[in-house]
Amino acid sequence: MLIFAVFVFYPFARNIYLSMYSTPPFPNLPSQFVGLSQYGQVLVSHNFLNSLWVTALFVVYTVPAGLVLGLLLALLAHQKLRGIRAFRTVFASPVATSVAVASVIFFTLLNPQVGLFTYWLGQQDQLSVLDNPTWALVAVSVVTIWQNVGLAFILMSAGLQAVPDELLEACEIDGAKRWARLRHVILPLLSPTIFFAVVVGTILSLQSFGQIDLLTQGGPLQRTNLLVYNIYDQVFNQNNAGRAAVMAIALFWITLVLALIQIRLLERRVTYAN
Amino acid sequence: MRTDSLPAALAPGFTKVVVVASAIVVLAALLQFVGRHGTPLGRRRATKFSRYLLLLVLSVIVLFPIYITIVNSLLAPDQIAQRPPLLFPTHPRWSTYATAWTTGHLGRYLMNSFIVTTLIVVGTLVTSIAAGYAFAFLEFPFKRTIFVVFLSTMMVPLEVTFFTNLQTVVSLGWYNSYVALVVPFLATGFGAFLMRQAFLGVPGELRDAAEIDGLGHLRFMTRIAVPLARPAIAALGLFAFFAAFNQYLWPLIVTKNDQYRTVQIGLKYLSRSQLNNINVTFAGIVLAFIPLFVLLLIFQKQLIRGLTAGAVKG
Repeated sequence: MLIFAVFVFYPFARNIYLSMYSTPPFPNLPSQFVGLSQYGQVLVSHNFLNSLWVTALFVVYTVPAGLVLGLLLALLAHQKLRGIRAFRTVFASPVATSVAVASVIFFTLLNPQVGLFTYWLGQQDQLSVLDNPTWALVAVSVVTIWQNVGLAFILMSAGLQAVPDELLEACEIDGAKRWARLRHVILPLLSPTIFFAVVVGTILSLQSFGQIDLLTQGGPLQRTNLLVYNIYDQVFNQNNAGRAAVMAIALFWITLVLALIQIRLLERRVTYAN
Repeated sequence: MRTDSLPAALAPGFTKVVVVASAIVVLAALLQFVGRHGTPLGRRRATKFSRYLLLLVLSVIVLFPIYITIVNSLLAPDQIAQRPPLLFPTHPRWSTYATAWTTGHLGRYLMNSFIVTTLIVVGTLVTSIAAGYAFAFLEFPFKRTIFVVFLSTMMVPLEVTFFTNLQTVVSLGWYNSYVALVVPFLATGFGAFLMRQAFLGVPGELRDAAEIDGLGHLRFMTRIAVPLARPAIAALGLFAFFAAFNQYLWPLIVTKNDQYRTVQIGLKYLSRSQLNNINVTFAGIVLAFIPLFVLLLIFQKQLIRGLTAGAVKG
């Protein structure tokens, strides 16, 4: 059994070792040692600050909207109606789409010449929405929201199911209005779920990469150059692993704070489920 | 160029959609009103109807991108470009799927995805069960420290380490191989954690009784603990399947040709193809989507369990 544990532990040790290894700005590269000075340079560079800003915007665009939609769908699907299970499956179905599936669907539908959405938006044979500096990030956000709405729905539904039915019936007898019931009974009881969904959603958004690579490649004018895409770009297109390492460490610290919160919540939820 | 005037430039087609949508919302509101003020029987019917209507409209919105993808995959390229757009395939062309499977390499991509995903799922389950069991039932030095180390791996996402990992993979000579696609994901802190929690739910008396009966740890684990933790194992397995199948960043950087590309990466190359092949792209999307959708339909309950516990999607 111990052997098992060691076997498991080994790849982990490696993983951690590697991740620590990226800490010095120049992993395995025959470059000069410049120590921490590079941190200063990168962290105040326009490129990095722009990424940070765009990433923050992206989180703001995607997380609250996804959450509200997920909650709305979950509330609607939490009724005793015939055939409600079919609707639940439909609302959950975007969960089966990957970043690539969702992005390529929208990429094709937004094609400047033949895309259906392009036509509906009246943009046919014009600059694609994805190449439009003002709208590219919004378009990418819409794709992301759609792709994640299934997950938000599932999380919220699970939360709602934990709200005791008797409580809601009691409200009905008391004649509480629907809105009051939502505000004063359901939302407070759902708050742990909502908090959990916010943290998870924020981490997911922060780590978004696929939709950028597939839809915009960070453009136009770097308006969709999210942090992870920027790291990728630094490594593979700009050949600057040092800069990339600094940004990766920055991403690590941002995620760390969120992950700590997530684990704390996770521990509580899982213990309770068993 | 009217780049910034998007809302002002709404086309008739879009306006139509907005009009229909608002008409439905007004109708639903009207029904709600009737529901509140009509006769008791009419009231019940009206509320019920309005609820169904609302659910239906939202379902259409949520499903529309998938629906139109399926429709377009069955149309000829010039039909896809037709205006006003066709929203239903009158003469479905199933041959597009054959084209996507062979010339679009979807067959190859899907096979790669299944090989990689299966190996990752099996590997994750084995290592997670073993590690989870060790943390739950065994005493060994530095147990607590090792557990914390396990947990801490959850805080170092692949997005942070991907390029250093790539260098490792290259130096090991694994670049562009199944090994590179699978090995980094064979063990996860999350899996070990989930299984530990599940095994902690197994009553300690069972372990004591098994010890008296002379059952070793290995036999106790495989015969008693694992069957008892089956729901958690199913949830973890499905979760791992979804995560592995949907991976994008890692397969993108460690593969260089169609021999090892997974379906997600294949889609990227498919989406860059010519306009006269756009129906093949749509068919490719459908083929890439179907496996997980079928899994979702069959294992909805277990999957929801896994997602609510983990809630990380690739």
